[in-house]
Amino acid sequence: MTAPAARVGVVTFPGSLDDRDAQRAVARAGAEPVPLWHADRDLRGVDAVILPGGFSYGDYLRCGAIARFSPVMSELVPAARAGLPVLGICNGFQVLCESHLLPGALTRNAGLRFVCRDVRLRMERTDTAWTSGYAPGQEVLIPLKSGEGRYVADPATLAELEARGGVIARYATTAPNGALDDIAGISNEAGNVVGLMPHPEHAVDPLTGPGADGLPFFTSVLDRLVTA
Amino acid sequence: MIDTVARAAATPDQPQPYAELGLNDEEYGRIRDILGRRPTSAELAIYSVMWSEHCSYKSSRVHLRQFGDKAPASDALLVGMGENAGVVDVGDGYAVTFKIESHNHPSYVEPHQGAATGVGGIVRDILAMGARPVAVMDALRFGAADAPDTARVLPGVVEGISSYGNCLGLPNIGGEVAFDPTYAGNPLVNALCVGVMRHEDIQRASAPGPGNQVILFGSPTGPDGIGGASVLASATFDDASAAKRPSVQVGDPFMEKLLVECCMELYAAGVVVGIQDLGAAGVSCATTELAAAGTGGMRVALDAVPLRDQSLTPEEILMSESQERMMAVVEPGDVDAFLKICARWEVPATVLGAVDDGGRLVMTWNGETVVDIPPRTAADEGPKYHRPYARPAELDAIQADDAAALPRPAGGAALRAELLRVLGDPNLAAKNWVTDQYDRYVLGDTVLATPHDSGMLRVGDGPRGVALATDGNGRYARLDPYDGARLALAEAYRNVAASGARPLAVTNCLNFGSPEDPGVMWQFERAVTGLADACQALGVPVTGGNVSFYNQTGQTAIHPTPVVGVLGVIDDVTRRTAIAFDRPGDEIWLLGTTRPEFGGSAWASVVHGHLGGRPPSVDLDAERALAEALIAASGAGLLTAAHDLSDGGLAAALTESCLHGGHGARLTLDDPFTALFSESTARAVLSVPPESSAALTALCRTHGVPATRIGSVGGDALEVDGSFTVPLPELEAVHTSALPAIFGA
Repeated sequence: MTAPAARVGVVTFPGSLDDRDAQRAVARAGAEPVPLWHADRDLRGVDAVILPGGFSYGDYLRCGAIARFSPVMSELVPAARAGLPVLGICNGFQVLCESHLLPGALTRNAGLRFVCRDVRLRMERTDTAWTSGYAPGQEVLIPLKSGEGRYVADPATLAELEARGGVIARYATTAPNGALDDIAGISNEAGNVVGLMPHPEHAVDPLTGPGADGLPFFTSVLDRLVTA
Repeated sequence: MIDTVARAAATPDQPQPYAELGLNDEEYGRIRDILGRRPTSAELAIYSVMWSEHCSYKSSRVHLRQFGDKAPASDALLVGMGENAGVVDVGDGYAVTFKIESHNHPSYVEPHQGAATGVGGIVRDILAMGARPVAVMDALRFGAADAPDTARVLPGVVEGISSYGNCLGLPNIGGEVAFDPTYAGNPLVNALCVGVMRHEDIQRASAPGPGNQVILFGSPTGPDGIGGASVLASATFDDASAAKRPSVQVGDPFMEKLLVECCMELYAAGVVVGIQDLGAAGVSCATTELAAAGTGGMRVALDAVPLRDQSLTPEEILMSESQERMMAVVEPGDVDAFLKICARWEVPATVLGAVDDGGRLVMTWNGETVVDIPPRTAADEGPKYHRPYARPAELDAIQADDAAALPRPAGGAALRAELLRVLGDPNLAAKNWVTDQYDRYVLGDTVLATPHDSGMLRVGDGPRGVALATDGNGRYARLDPYDGARLALAEAYRNVAASGARPLAVTNCLNFGSPEDPGVMWQFERAVTGLADACQALGVPVTGGNVSFYNQTGQTAIHPTPVVGVLGVIDDVTRRTAIAFDRPGDEIWLLGTTRPEFGGSAWASVVHGHLGGRPPSVDLDAERALAEALIAASGAGLLTAAHDLSDGGLAAALTESCLHGGHGARLTLDDPFTALFSESTARAVLSVPPESSAALTALCRTHGVPATRIGSVGGDALEVDGSFTVPLPELEAVHTSALPAIFGA
């Protein structure tokens, strides 16, 4: 008898762009993607949530700053604090920082230009809900596409993040956006909330991406849910 | 005071600023004849924008009809020219619509917003056909790369395209970037969009059915792009509305994204009878075109239009080019459902009026009639000119200045030096500085993107896909506009086939100088004829396009620049062919015949600053045979890479294939100079696994395509036996550093 597939919610904000791609990646990983709507105070009983890439609310004011106040986030924030696995990709990472589920902020790229490029990442913390499918030190190739992807934090926060091993991935070569300490992704202390600037959902199929190096982000969480 | 119809009838002799609005005496006289009185200011606003060159194609229509007259029979064409964009059947019940349009002048005035709204405009054209927009491409041309003004225009244009397209969530999968002093002061920004729908989802821009409601939805209307209207206001009114208005529109990609998703839901709910995007000429264009194509009459309350600036006059509302707006015709019983969907997406929507069968377009302002015209007279029955045209006298001298006489490099070292010069020229150099600013991944269906020969997308869940390429070479067209247009089509057609897709249909953007110059008009007539003839010969119909005139500074026009987009279909995207040489040991084959043809070539331009002689000869039978061979070889899985030969010849193609694959190439060439720099057409370079080469040569024999083995993939250098060697790192440095050196790392 097979267990029912895990249900992974993907939130659509006005201006979300990579929501369907995230749903596809979830399905490819073997889970059931569940669309979640920004205006609903309802997580529909999902086992995990992805905040996808895009330009929520046009990224007007500040990336992620308006999405943070949407009804769905009022449900998601306490659930994440209680341990629900949450992955924020690109704009989703920005929303997680604005929601204070993750420390620091994402600011304008150092070169002041949008950068779309396949980048090499070195995986670091691999005991989180979303990175357990990787080996520490493993290098992966994943597309980066963002104009405001430069991770910054004040020195104390950065030191604390590094001290607790909160960095899940770094750019293997110099960060194309000027991110401090070449940080590409981080997690909270519990390891259930992860934010990543590059787009693993665009690296799940060699036909439409640089390879399939991003798939373990989506399978990791299923392993976690099965063993939980 | 509002200029009502009653007032116009009572004051027949009031002077009107028609000349400032671009209408001549005869055109103004015709409007008076149509109406039997002087037009109101609002009516004058409508006629002046609808009869403008941009909207009426008054100088080009008599020539453009060749695209229809000579159209080859095609089973694939579901909607032809005349609608917002043509629609092509790509199989499995899917239809694809695509179109390219210019936004040249606004992009020179305000590069960021000009280019951004160019993307927004073409996306709404595709959206209005019922399709989900799935990708964009941009064909860009600038003045010399190192000219001071290019440093203003190019970064702004690229940032505008990037910020709008990326925020809208459409992958940018191809296009062109070219430089030539001819475009200084007249950059070309041609934006293409492609959309996908099911056959049954095709929408029409018409307003049938008396009683049906007319709904304006999207952004509120503001004073964008109404430079012309301020002329009207200042000439008609004496109040503060005479203030100068901005003449370039400002885009809001977030609203466009909402509009796209909102339209998708409206279509799915079946609550749309007819729909039209608002682009140039805004409400004037949407109301007259919808009414003219429908039952024939419409009544609209102009004061119901939601405004961003409450001081706008009726004329300004009619001429406003505010972005992110659409107009729909909806059955009365569906209006509530329509408005509910708009509310869910937070898209403002307002009922403006209704369709009737009165044969008139009537607009009111606070209850008074300010417009009362037969809509067809504005939309379809604009002026049509047979402009005089004559072959420019200087062309004989230019064609006589044959590039064959140019000094050629003596020996391997000189050839190597010229090769690096050509590959490091901004025209041939890697364009990552530009294309890395575009999201090519979003929507998750991009199979190929720049720098591959075509942009390719999976359709639905696959394996079917479509491929698109745009091409055009102003230098060729300057030497011979007829052949220049045929060469543009041949190149785009070849690019699509080299990726493994079958070319199906054509869109075009014709960029020229002033139609009032007989020399320019001759170039235009020749280019249209050449393109129509070549489409007929290659069996690919034109489905739509755009003409941009007046690309000139003073008396100096740009090189005539027809940009041609070709759409192809591939049965299985997993069979696509990329350009990268990524398997050492593969054989390198050259298909086609190389002749000493250097007229208009990159080599002549970069090394000698020369433009003369004749462009490469056109052989459309050979193009067709080459395409058939490439499609068959790709489908049979015989190829590891294919790259078309065009600008920069074999030298450019080999460089791109080696650098993209990360492997070198060893070549044996009879006459290395001609082999590397000739721009003979109907050629492609391939990499082929040794075990497939016998099948490839047999296939080429079947199709009558000459095939020559010229070397093999491997090593870490581009090496020509007995002539020169360039290590890949040196090649890469030269090729990739050119644009960052000019525009900043």
